[in-house]
Amino acid sequence: MALIELTGIERVFRLGDVDVRALAGINLSIEAGEYVAIMGQSGSGKSTMLNLLGLLDRPNTGMYRLEERDVTTLSPDEQAAVRSTRIGFVFQSFHLVPRLTAAENIALPMMLAGIAPAERNRRVKQALKDFGLDQRSDHRPDQLSGGQRQRVAIARATIMQPAMLLADEPTGNLDRATGDEVISLLEALNARGMTLIIVTHDPKLGERAGRQLVMEDGHLQSDKRRPASTDFS
Amino acid sequence: MRFRDVLRFASDAATGYPLRTSLSVLAMAIGVAAVVVLTALGDGARRYVVSQFSSLGTNLVIVVPGRSATGGFNPANAVTRTPRDLTVDDALAVQRLPSVRRVAPLAVGTSEVSAGGRLREGVIAGVASTYIDVRNLQIAQGSFLPDEDWNRALPVAVLGTKVRDELFPGQSAVGQFVRIGDRRVRVIGVLKSTGQGLGMNTDEVVFVPVALAQALFNSNTLFRVLIEARSRNHIAEAKRDVAAVLKARHSGEEDVTVITQDAVLATFDKLLRALTAAVAGIAAISLAVAGILVMNVMLVAVTQRTSEIGLLKALGARGATIRQAFLAEAAMLSLFGAISGYLLGELGAFVLRQAFPVFPAYPPNWAVIAALATALSTGLLFGIMPARRAAQLDPVQALMKH
Repeated sequence: MALIELTGIERVFRLGDVDVRALAGINLSIEAGEYVAIMGQSGSGKSTMLNLLGLLDRPNTGMYRLEERDVTTLSPDEQAAVRSTRIGFVFQSFHLVPRLTAAENIALPMMLAGIAPAERNRRVKQALKDFGLDQRSDHRPDQLSGGQRQRVAIARATIMQPAMLLADEPTGNLDRATGDEVISLLEALNARGMTLIIVTHDPKLGERAGRQLVMEDGHLQSDKRRPASTDFS
Repeated sequence: MRFRDVLRFASDAATGYPLRTSLSVLAMAIGVAAVVVLTALGDGARRYVVSQFSSLGTNLVIVVPGRSATGGFNPANAVTRTPRDLTVDDALAVQRLPSVRRVAPLAVGTSEVSAGGRLREGVIAGVASTYIDVRNLQIAQGSFLPDEDWNRALPVAVLGTKVRDELFPGQSAVGQFVRIGDRRVRVIGVLKSTGQGLGMNTDEVVFVPVALAQALFNSNTLFRVLIEARSRNHIAEAKRDVAAVLKARHSGEEDVTVITQDAVLATFDKLLRALTAAVAGIAAISLAVAGILVMNVMLVAVTQRTSEIGLLKALGARGATIRQAFLAEAAMLSLFGAISGYLLGELGAFVLRQAFPVFPAYPPNWAVIAALATALSTGLLFGIMPARRAAQLDPVQALMKH
């Protein structure tokens, strides 16, 4: 069963008098549990692609089926519900809420979903342990290192146990060592069955993925699989 | 999102920007405090005037000689030359009415009063024994004028405290003699001090029997007839009856004016209430201004937190949730502003009462409720627009702003 199925996706932005085709004729299918890297120059449409996959943006034409359900025609609130339960986001600049502690940031998606406080605390405690943040739960983002911040962000992205994790340049604001640490963390999640889609312009990072999508001018230029990483079933 | 979580999130957001939050709370607080203090002043003025009037006596009906201009042109008045005097006999006639409890005649003039070489010009009030009850006065030493025939000029006097202090400093006045004009009268009592009342200050008056005063001033006319109605419900009846009796006694001419304390009081009461309401209205404008400030603050908050709003959307927040969070924040700003403004206003009114003890500066309940309600509703109303703007932000655009 395909987790994601895109057919004939077009996304056109109007900049002044000019129409810019950010995505053109995209047909793509991603299986559950895959590790996909979306690569390309800036302006190639990879970020638009990620926004579209994350239901933050809508295509002008075409159909997006997520878990066999057409999500392009959903109302904004229905899309919000899908984002809440099925999609986790990891951003380049972490996007933690500065006034909330690490634990509160991790709990944020559950709070928005209306999950009871007791259940929230239980899950946050587990997540803090899993991501090695036990000692940092009461720290605010400005008291955390870059790597710790991204770990909090990943804990937040996975706390609702989504079907897929969308990561936009997750190592872009980190040094090499911390970046590798974060990538290993994401790959470990993928190894446990979570679909991982990473947007990056870093070829080295892209090569680690089981599948590389290269984009150019809104088109899918290439779609390569690395045989070694077909260890999922 | 659970309601408690919305509140928690909003209060965290508000306290996350202390300067912005405290400024808008301050604006709201000043608005509410202004309403509370100004209405306390207005209502205090009203209470002050009402209490001054009440100190004149209760259920009072007052007869004034002469026809007041109200009531339009009356042909009967046109042919009259001078109004008839209001006499002691008129007062006696009125006393027999069933709606009337007590009647006190009042003749007023000024005369020299002297005792033991001290001399002063004083107000002489010719009254009867009933006056003390009609006016709710109290005796400090001795007794008030005896219950005598109103036409008998007994040579006795009752002094106001100030007159007593000036004529008999540091000694008892009761039993002493004073000279009023060319009469020598015995002091039989001293009144308790009442302070300043409207019109006449009883502390500075010498009370003598009405017949004595009329003899002193060589006049038959009364300055006023004070009538105490049997009860509050009898005031209108007493007024009508008194007017009818006096008209009959004055050969059918309405040459006196009967006024009730209630009517005067009601007029002042109405006037000062209107004044208070007007002042409250002016102060309420500051509430509207505070509401607009809350709107500005919330609009700034939306701009400041654009990327946070984008994040919340990415994390699955619905538009309604974001709207609620921002509305809750606006409501909290107004609520805390309103409460602190109320406390500030009460404090201001308290200070006023301490500074001017005679002035009962209490804010009326309606004003307090109206101020709080206006503060909350303007805060919410002006919070709607920023909250909607936040909810409608495009998540992709919002996330790109750092």
